Amino acid sequence: MTARPRPPRLLHPAAWWAWGAGLVVVALRTTNPFLLALVLAVAGFVVASRRSDAPWAGSFAGSLKLGVVIVLVRVAFPVLFGNRLPGTTLFTLPSVTLPDWAAGVSIGGPVTLELVVGALYQGLRLAVVVAVVGAVNSLCSPYRLLRALPDALYEAGVAVTVALSFAPQVAVVARRVREARRLRGRPDRGPAAWRGSVLPVLEGALERAIALAASMDSRGYGRHGTAAPGLRRLAAGLTLAGLVLAGIGAYGVLDPSVPAVLRAPALLAGAAALAAALALAGRRSDRTRYRPDPWAGSEWAVALSGLAAAVGVVVAGRAGAVLDPSVNPLEVPSVPVAAALGVLLAVVPAWAAPEAPALAPRPAPELDVAA
Amino acid sequence: MIRFDRVSFTYPGASRPALSEVDLEVGEGELCLVVGPTGSGKSTLLRAVNGLVPRFSGGTLLGTVTVGGRTTEDHAPRELADVVGVVGQDPAAGFVADVVEDELAHVMENLGVAPDAMRRRVEDVLDLLGLHEVRRRPLASLSGGQQQRVAIGAVLTAGPRVLVLDEPTSALDPAAAEEVLAALTRLVHDLGTTVLVAEHRLERVVQYADRVVLVPGGGAPLVHGEPATVLADAPVAPPVVELGRAAGWSTVPLSVRDARRGAGDLRARLAPLRPDDVPGARRAAPPPTSGAVARVEGLHASYGTVPALAGVSLDLRAGEVVALMGRNGSGKSTLLTHLVGLRAPTRGRVEVGGRRPHELAPRDAVRSAGLVPQDPGLLLYHDTVAGECAAGDRDAGLAPGATRAALDRLVPGLHAAAHPRDLSEGQRLALALAVVLAAEPPLVLLDEPTRGLDHAGKRRLVAHLRDLAGAGHAVVLATHDVEVVAEVADRAVVLAEGEVVADGPAREVVVHSPVFAPQVAKVLAPEPWLTVGEVAGALALLDAERPAPVDGGAR
Repeated sequence: MTARPRPPRLLHPAAWWAWGAGLVVVALRTTNPFLLALVLAVAGFVVASRRSDAPWAGSFAGSLKLGVVIVLVRVAFPVLFGNRLPGTTLFTLPSVTLPDWAAGVSIGGPVTLELVVGALYQGLRLAVVVAVVGAVNSLCSPYRLLRALPDALYEAGVAVTVALSFAPQVAVVARRVREARRLRGRPDRGPAAWRGSVLPVLEGALERAIALAASMDSRGYGRHGTAAPGLRRLAAGLTLAGLVLAGIGAYGVLDPSVPAVLRAPALLAGAAALAAALALAGRRSDRTRYRPDPWAGSEWAVALSGLAAAVGVVVAGRAGAVLDPSVNPLEVPSVPVAAALGVLLAVVPAWAAPEAPALAPRPAPELDVAA
Repeated sequence: MIRFDRVSFTYPGASRPALSEVDLEVGEGELCLVVGPTGSGKSTLLRAVNGLVPRFSGGTLLGTVTVGGRTTEDHAPRELADVVGVVGQDPAAGFVADVVEDELAHVMENLGVAPDAMRRRVEDVLDLLGLHEVRRRPLASLSGGQQQRVAIGAVLTAGPRVLVLDEPTSALDPAAAEEVLAALTRLVHDLGTTVLVAEHRLERVVQYADRVVLVPGGGAPLVHGEPATVLADAPVAPPVVELGRAAGWSTVPLSVRDARRGAGDLRARLAPLRPDDVPGARRAAPPPTSGAVARVEGLHASYGTVPALAGVSLDLRAGEVVALMGRNGSGKSTLLTHLVGLRAPTRGRVEVGGRRPHELAPRDAVRSAGLVPQDPGLLLYHDTVAGECAAGDRDAGLAPGATRAALDRLVPGLHAAAHPRDLSEGQRLALALAVVLAAEPPLVLLDEPTRGLDHAGKRRLVAHLRDLAGAGHAVVLATHDVEVVAEVADRAVVLAEGEVVADGPAREVVVHSPVFAPQVAKVLAPEPWLTVGEVAGALALLDAERPAPVDGGAR
């Protein structure tokens, strides 16, 4: 790291995703609350230091809120329906006796500290995964990742981004419809308002979707170009197969209970298929890239810091550190040092990544969208 | 460049064709303006150029559309992207990327333009459309005018030989519209791009057009030819043309410059009269009134950290029509949403009829202030016009038929069984306005009501707004349409950066403003005439007093 000021620029999206993937691996491998909290803190710190002022930079906050909901639901379910773990009873819910055919499901009963803590760990893990994905989205918009995708995946990628943008659009349409209901003198709150809004909201969203499709088609999206259709299909098929295999392989490498053939061999086969697809796509290359993001030192630093976190947790696991602290009997979890050091390395992007350029300089002049 | 060969098109389920037996040829390098009444099929004609009609609309198209030597029958819109660029009515609905530069590059990436050429063209288009300052900005943070320019840029970068634009300036303030039009003429003159453009605000475009295509609607054949010839007796015409007709000039002027050069005599004839002398003309001063219908005091509002209104104070009085003007984003819409209670003020006070609108229940709020939003379709929920009118009566507790009667005053003869979404922009506006007016609120607010309205529709809107004011309503319209302001407004309020920069009688505010002056005022300055109607009235008065002097162009 140097102290020399660098010109602000946006980092290559793949670097952010690699960094995020590293943190996700950590979160998936452990339920240790200290480690999970550390991951959350690191992600939050990096987002706070390096996000831009674009509208999508708020998605980290949104994912945190979603995380809280996840934890609450994850705790509420076992408390209401879960298996009764023996241990320190906190309180007892009135239990319902179910008929014999429903054996195995229990409703109510004693709620133990062990039960709640176990659920909390699980919920926290999921919430941290969601938060890390939100952090990556705050740091680079989904469209930028799409632009970095290989050609063979481009069209599927556009479809995915458009689908991703559908939800926020529905939210905008819903707000306008609610306002319009008020303008007509109808209730704008309560169940009646919701009932009356569903159809206009869906219609509005659908109209936007059709307008978008027409605009994309007019601008050459999905052109056949000069490539033979067979070649195109082969490249797309290879890419998909490669991604699936690589996904299975990556999971296998991480999860020791998966059969050996689904580990390294699957990962390698997937990588080979992807490489072949990329080569094919490169040969037919009838699409081009506008100002492709460079992959420079900062990108290496960010991606490697994510890798360091993943390696840290895997090494800690191999060395026998307790990644899943026991809840029965309940004990205070210890902090696995190697894993914690790895996660700490993932804070490097807060300095190593260049600052994001100002996207919406003040004064942001125009907001005529209100009515 | 574009050839329509006996093209007929019928929308699915429609009983009459939207276009019938259209024969049209647009030559290389022409700027061709498509005009016609609301709902006459202009958009259909435009969208047929690259095959979006019928591929995205459904329906049956007979005949052939050929563009750049390719027929739309054999080529999907995406295969025509290098020849035709089509920009739709709502630019924001068509955006794919999230920042300006990427949006501009999208079409070139699809076409496989070489990276260095791509880079250069993006820079060219950024300069051409004046977008270089916002090149890295998220599209969602841009103003309407900037979004429109980005949408044009996003097809221009492909270097199409044909550009098709549907209402490109109707959402823009006068200055932004000038910029877009200047860019278009540059394309036509310097690059020889063929441009087919539909625009209701004829006065903005007609002076640049080489040819005008009149789509009369109702299955009548197209009329096309030289602008002056077609417009001399077209049902739609810009104010300068109407002024030429009223003054009896033998050749109709198309631009302010043409008209001004020939208007010396007219100015001299009108000099002894003032607009107030014309019977039926509006008074120069706002009518003396009982009191304020609505009062805004020191209103501050912001979106997040961005200020939208900074200390606005206004009194709105019964019986006056107030035009709210200003750039895109100057705070007009925000002020309207406060008056109707959609937002609570961050600082300051808003009172309508002595009560704070945001504290009212919806049912009471519509009785104190009614707002027709920019997209009037938002107010419409039902699947027939009749259903919408019946619901309007019910919502406001009126006698059955009241909403329908209000509607017929705006757009007579709208089919009761028609689906609101199948109506044209103007018909939808009329329907939404009728629904709002049904509750007879003392304060009537309209946000950009003339977007998508033809001249006949505007004339009816103006008459109706005058009636409303006459009946004691306070009417506020936020608009960029200076011609409508000239026709209807008693008072003009100009906002800039969330502050009131001018507030006074409309005539005084607009006559000397280079941006907000209507065409007639520009032609006749320094005489304070605003509309063709006033001039015609004054001429009639002069003719009645003494025999018409024989001057150069008089019949």
